[in-house]
Amino acid sequence: MAEFYNNNSFLINLVGINAIMALSIYITLSCAMLSLSNAASMAIGAYTAALLTQQAGWPLWLAVVAAAAVAGLVALLLGMPILRLRGVFLAIATLGFGEVIRIIIVNTPALGGPEGFRLNAGNRSGVVTGLEIFGTLLVLAYFFARLKGSRMGLAMDAIREDENAARTMGINVTFYKVMAYVTGAVVAGIGGALYAHLRSFLSPGDFGFQRAVDILVFAVVGGTFAWRGAILGAALITLLPEITRSVPVVAGLNIKDHPEIFSGLILLLVILFLPKGLLTISLGLKLRRPAPRTLEKEASP
Amino acid sequence: MTSHVAETPAREPILTVRDLTRSFGGLVAVNNVSFDIYPGEIYGLIGPNGAGKTTVLNILSGLLTPTSGTVTFQGHRIERSPAYRIARQGVARTYQNIRLFAAMNVLQNVIVGQHSRMQGTLAERLVFSPRVRRQEEIARQKALALLESVDLAGVAEEPASALAYGNQRRLELVRALASDPKLLLLDEPAAGMNAAESQALGGHLRDLAVQGITLLVIEHDMALVMSLCDRIGVLNFGNLIAEGTPEEIAGNPLVIEAYLGAEE
Repeated sequence: MAEFYNNNSFLINLVGINAIMALSIYITLSCAMLSLSNAASMAIGAYTAALLTQQAGWPLWLAVVAAAAVAGLVALLLGMPILRLRGVFLAIATLGFGEVIRIIIVNTPALGGPEGFRLNAGNRSGVVTGLEIFGTLLVLAYFFARLKGSRMGLAMDAIREDENAARTMGINVTFYKVMAYVTGAVVAGIGGALYAHLRSFLSPGDFGFQRAVDILVFAVVGGTFAWRGAILGAALITLLPEITRSVPVVAGLNIKDHPEIFSGLILLLVILFLPKGLLTISLGLKLRRPAPRTLEKEASP
Repeated sequence: MTSHVAETPAREPILTVRDLTRSFGGLVAVNNVSFDIYPGEIYGLIGPNGAGKTTVLNILSGLLTPTSGTVTFQGHRIERSPAYRIARQGVARTYQNIRLFAAMNVLQNVIVGQHSRMQGTLAERLVFSPRVRRQEEIARQKALALLESVDLAGVAEEPASALAYGNQRRLELVRALASDPKLLLLDEPAAGMNAAESQALGGHLRDLAVQGITLLVIEHDMALVMSLCDRIGVLNFGNLIAEGTPEEIAGNPLVIEAYLGAEE
C-alpha cells in the first residue's frame, strides 16, 4: 500500500487537486452559470501561494488561506460586472478573464514570466503532502454536502431551475450568483495553491484554455447535479492516461500520447447518453426521474 | 372634546397603482392605468388576450419596471424595487404557464417559497447548530401542512415535474402561500381546469381572502370571476376601460364591446 502510494504519489495527489478544481466549477454550474475562469483563479492561487512560501517564508497552510482570499477577492471585483451576462456570453467573458491573467503572468518577471516559476522543494513549506491534499478535499466535500438542502443550497437550486420564479420567491438572485462565483474562485484558489506545491514548478501555460476546459469536463462527465459527480469525473479523467497507456500504436498514431482523444470521446458519449453525468449510473434507479412533460404545457384559455 | 374625530378610520388601500404605463418599443402594453386594491379584497383583472394584464402583474411583482407611473404597496413605493424585495414585503404570485422548480421535489418547492421567512446561515449549518435544525424542521412542517391543505402531502418527495397538470397548479399556489403573503397575484389560476375544479379553486381563494390575504386575480373563466371577485377592472389594449362590481361590469356596454366587438 505504502509502496503503491510512493510509486504513484504524484498521480494520486493530482486526482485530489483535480477533484478540488471540479468542485470549484460545480458550484457555479449548479446555479446554471457557465463560468470558465476557474483555471485563472487556480493560477492566482498558485502564484500567490508560491510567492508567499518561497519569498516571504510563510508556512504552507497560511499561504493557502491567503491564496484562497486573493482568488476570491479578484473574483468578487470581476464578478459584479460580468455576472449580468448569461450562458455562452458569460463563458466568453470568463475565458477572456483567464487570458488576461495568463498574459499578466507572462509579462511579470517577478512571477518568472514565460520561463515559469520554480519552487524550492527542499524546505518543508515548499511541498504539500497527500494527506494535506485529501484532507482539504474532505473539508470541501463536507462543505458541499452541508450546502445541499440548506437555505442557500435550495435557493441556488431554485435559481438553476427558474431564475425569475426564484426572484419572486424573495431570493436575491444576484447575491447568490456572486456568492457562488466567489466560492468557486476561493475553492479554485485553494486547488491552485496546493497544485503549486505538488508540482514545484509553475508555468503560465499550465493555466490556459486547455485547463479551463479540462475542469469543465471533470464536472460534466461526473454529473453537474451533485458534488459527488464532480469528484468522480475528476478521478476518472485524471486516471484515464494511465488506463490508455497500454493502447498500441494505430495507423502510425501513438494514442497514448494523446489522452485528450479519450477524454473527448468520453465527454461526447456522456453528453449524448448520460446528460446528467456518470453519477446517474452509480446511483442507479434512485435518481431516475420522469422527464418534465407537463411543465411546458401552455395553459389553454 | 374635539368633535371632528373620525368615527371609523378611512380604509387605506393596500395597493395603489397610478398612471402605470409600460411600452415595449413602439407598443404600449399598459397605458395610464390606475386602480386601488383594499385589504382583504378580491380584485379581478379581466380583458381580451393581449390586453396587458400579465404585464401589469409583472410590474407589480417586480419582474418588469414601468415606463412611467407609480405602484405603492402598504405605503412603500415599489415600482423600481427588485422582485426579491417586493416578495419580502409580502407580495407573492403564480404564473400563467406554471413555473415550478421542476427538478426539485414538491416539498422543496414549498420550502423555497418560505425563503424570505427563513433564518439561519450556512455557517451555523456547517456546525450542525440546533437553531438551524429547528428552523428547518419548522419550515418542513409548515410546508407539509400547506401541502396537506391541497392534498399533495402524499407526493411530497416526488419531483415537481412528475405531478399532473392540476396538481402542479395547486403546488404553485401553496408555494406562493408559503411566504405568508399579504397580497397574492394570481395569473389565470383556473386555466386548464374543468368547471368542478375551478369551483373548488374559487372556494379555496375565498378562504384565503377570509384569512386576510388580498387577492389580485387575472382570469378568463367568467363564471369564476363573477362569483369570486368583489371588484373587477377591465383592460383593453392596455387601457383600463371599466371598473366596478361584477354586476356593473356585466352590464357595461364598453366591456361587452371589448369582448364581443362593436355592434354594427
